[in-house]
Amino acid sequence: MGLRIIVLAKQVPDTRNVGKDAMKEDGTINRAALPAIFNPEDLNALEQALQLKDAHPGSTITLLTMGLPRSAEMVRESLYRGGDDGVVLTDRPLGGADTLATSYSLAQAIRHMGEFDIIVGGRQAIDGDTAQVGPQIAEKLGLPQVTYAESIQVADGKATIKRRIERGFETVECPLPLVVTVNGSADACRPRNARLIQKYKYAVTPSEKAALPADRQALVDARPYLAIKEWGVKEIEADPEQIGMPGSPTKVKTIVNVAFQAKEARRIDAAADAELEGLVKELIADHIIG
Amino acid sequence: MANFYTDNKALQYHLRHPLMKQIVALRERDYTQSEKFDYAPLDFEDAMDSYERVLDIIGEVCGDIIAPNAKDVDLEGPHHENGRVRYAKGTEVNLKALNQAGLMGITLPRQYGGLNMSSIPYIMAADMVSRADAGFVNVWGLQDCAETINEFASEDQKQRFLPRTCKGETLAMDLTEPDAGSDLQSVMLKATQDEDGTWRLNGVKRFITNGDGDISLVLARSEEGTRDGRGLSMFIYDKRDGGMTVRRIEDKMGIHGSPTCELVFKNAKAELCGDRKLGLIKYVMSLMNGARLGIAAQSVGVSEAAYQEAIAYARSREQFGKAIINFPAVSEMIANIKAKLDASRTLLYECTRFVDMYKSLEAISRERTLAPEERKTMKAYNRLADAFTPLAKGMTSEFCNQNAYDCVQIHGGSGFMRDYACERIYRDARITSIYEGTTQLQVVAAIRHVTTGTYLNQIKEYAAREYSEAVAPMRAKLEAMTALYEETFAKVQAVEDPEYITFHARRLVEMLGHIIMGYLLIGDASNEPDLFMDSAKVYVNMGEAEVARHARFIGNFNPADQAAYMRQ
Repeated sequence: MGLRIIVLAKQVPDTRNVGKDAMKEDGTINRAALPAIFNPEDLNALEQALQLKDAHPGSTITLLTMGLPRSAEMVRESLYRGGDDGVVLTDRPLGGADTLATSYSLAQAIRHMGEFDIIVGGRQAIDGDTAQVGPQIAEKLGLPQVTYAESIQVADGKATIKRRIERGFETVECPLPLVVTVNGSADACRPRNARLIQKYKYAVTPSEKAALPADRQALVDARPYLAIKEWGVKEIEADPEQIGMPGSPTKVKTIVNVAFQAKEARRIDAAADAELEGLVKELIADHIIG
Repeated sequence: MANFYTDNKALQYHLRHPLMKQIVALRERDYTQSEKFDYAPLDFEDAMDSYERVLDIIGEVCGDIIAPNAKDVDLEGPHHENGRVRYAKGTEVNLKALNQAGLMGITLPRQYGGLNMSSIPYIMAADMVSRADAGFVNVWGLQDCAETINEFASEDQKQRFLPRTCKGETLAMDLTEPDAGSDLQSVMLKATQDEDGTWRLNGVKRFITNGDGDISLVLARSEEGTRDGRGLSMFIYDKRDGGMTVRRIEDKMGIHGSPTCELVFKNAKAELCGDRKLGLIKYVMSLMNGARLGIAAQSVGVSEAAYQEAIAYARSREQFGKAIINFPAVSEMIANIKAKLDASRTLLYECTRFVDMYKSLEAISRERTLAPEERKTMKAYNRLADAFTPLAKGMTSEFCNQNAYDCVQIHGGSGFMRDYACERIYRDARITSIYEGTTQLQVVAAIRHVTTGTYLNQIKEYAAREYSEAVAPMRAKLEAMTALYEETFAKVQAVEDPEYITFHARRLVEMLGHIIMGYLLIGDASNEPDLFMDSAKVYVNMGEAEVARHARFIGNFNPADQAAYMRQ
């Protein structure tokens, strides 16, 4: 039987190859200087969803993303690889959200998406590196969660998941439905497909459609699979106090550029236990280890 | 995060050629398929947009997957296990990625699951895949055999075999035998019919690229008692039916990723493809022309790889306090590599456009009667494709060898070590001027068009085109080169001995090749001076000297000296 799979994905600035202009004077990210990309570990998650779909014919993959209207590109990227449809959650009041408000908004969207068997997302996004959104969504929806996943198998209403842990991996079993966050060490995402990219290249959200010439609008109307859903606060019936800035207890005061450099060097005698113990205590006191 | 399409402006330039409008319209039958197929283009712009997007995918797969695997595939090679081939691990990964990307059956019609693209993006894909891994391109590129099935097999056969190709099953063309290499008329593998009409194959094939492929086209002797090409037919062999085993995999100098097999057929069931007795005369010629264009693409891809490796090393390697690229001796080598690369590529895509025009019109002619004007166009392009295919294969493969040689030279002692990709490129390049007909055999195929004037007429056509003011000095040189060629050819003809033409054939073909590539490059430089002006200058200088060298050799040659070359 087919599975209903929701993939959580985020459009992020490409922080992997940052140049000097990556940060603005005020310490915020200079998004204009960094290309917007599919968050890498979300691609690993999408691949897991596609493998589940390969193994369970009849499965559907719906991509859910929250961000600027241009995040619709994320849905198209999923369609090009074998995804079925997508929801772009975009609305001005949702902006400026921390992980708490983000997970609330996404959980609200998921509640409006109907039945599902499994939610997969990347472990974390490269712009914030928090790894909190997936687990928080699971909590809000009252679902079990498995993190650091490397592969997912589903049979008899249960998921068997191999998860990466320190010095190895463990295999866990979990009932459906559940939330899984996928680690970057999982299989890389498959390439876009030549047929699908031609089929879905004109897939658009309503706001993107409005900007198209009339003949392309007619094409979208004639081909329902080209419609990408675009939801806002109203569609997900969100509590205004729990979204965006009001819903975000995290306040960023400043961001500083940290440049690592060696300041001083000290030699200690490796044979003298007291000296070693002193070093460890010092490092713990400075919160460098422990 | 490399992308071999987006990083290559020359490919993007060649995709925008004005003739594409006609080529794509023919291939898409004037854009009538979008009702039936959700991935068919609506119009020319839509089709070109799709071409670019698909090339972008191929570029990404090449840059991110195939190229990084190339070193390990070269080291591991394919495995021979229980009469079968098991690919190197990286080869499997590459195939899986290309299949997931839907890049099999690029040129096949949509009704069989193909992408119905013209040859241009297919050859561009081959160009990029070759740059990534020259051995792997053979495994993937043999999908071209499906074109022969599409052209000549029955509708029932097409429906059974083509969708399988589009879903990723690999192909092989089984022509060569121990005693039938360049001389395919000597093929001995026997095809006999059971009483119920089933064909059975018995015999040995050798040097078969991807010999253990899922579907093979086998050239076999169906007419007992015959000894020449007229007794040969083409068969489709389906590996699922059994009866064929791989006796060995050759241990080769290069292209290790491509399994070269010796095959033994024992009562293997097969199906006749097309008509009896036309195997060599018609179908192999079609297969070969496709394969030769493929090798030209492979040569260009390998030249590109050589150029990229050479320039990267020359920029990073410092000697005497500066990067070696700053030494004139090194930068001149790189300029020559680049000029030969750009010349090869412009010839390759010119040839591909000719093939495209001719093939599309020919396919249409099987659906309806062509108008007289269309028929004339088809014949003209057929002739040009016939002339340019051996020229492109011959010239680009020789250049690719020269470029690989210079690439190693630029690396100095390090280039002789296995640490750098140039060593693999050098070994991989070597086969390009040998298989699918040696350079010497390309000259044999080309000489007809030397004597009938196909090349010269086309040169006259190029000469009459408009070019930018900036290329005027090069144009003048090309005109002088053409005059020198005509004068030289007249001297050869004056001897009135076909053997004498054969003797000078390679020199004559090369002279024409230099002139043709020179004209194509000044055209490119007129359109995109930033991309091609330097190469045009370097190439025309080189071509001018080469043409003069051959002219001098022929002009001063005493026909009586021919014997000195024959006596060994």
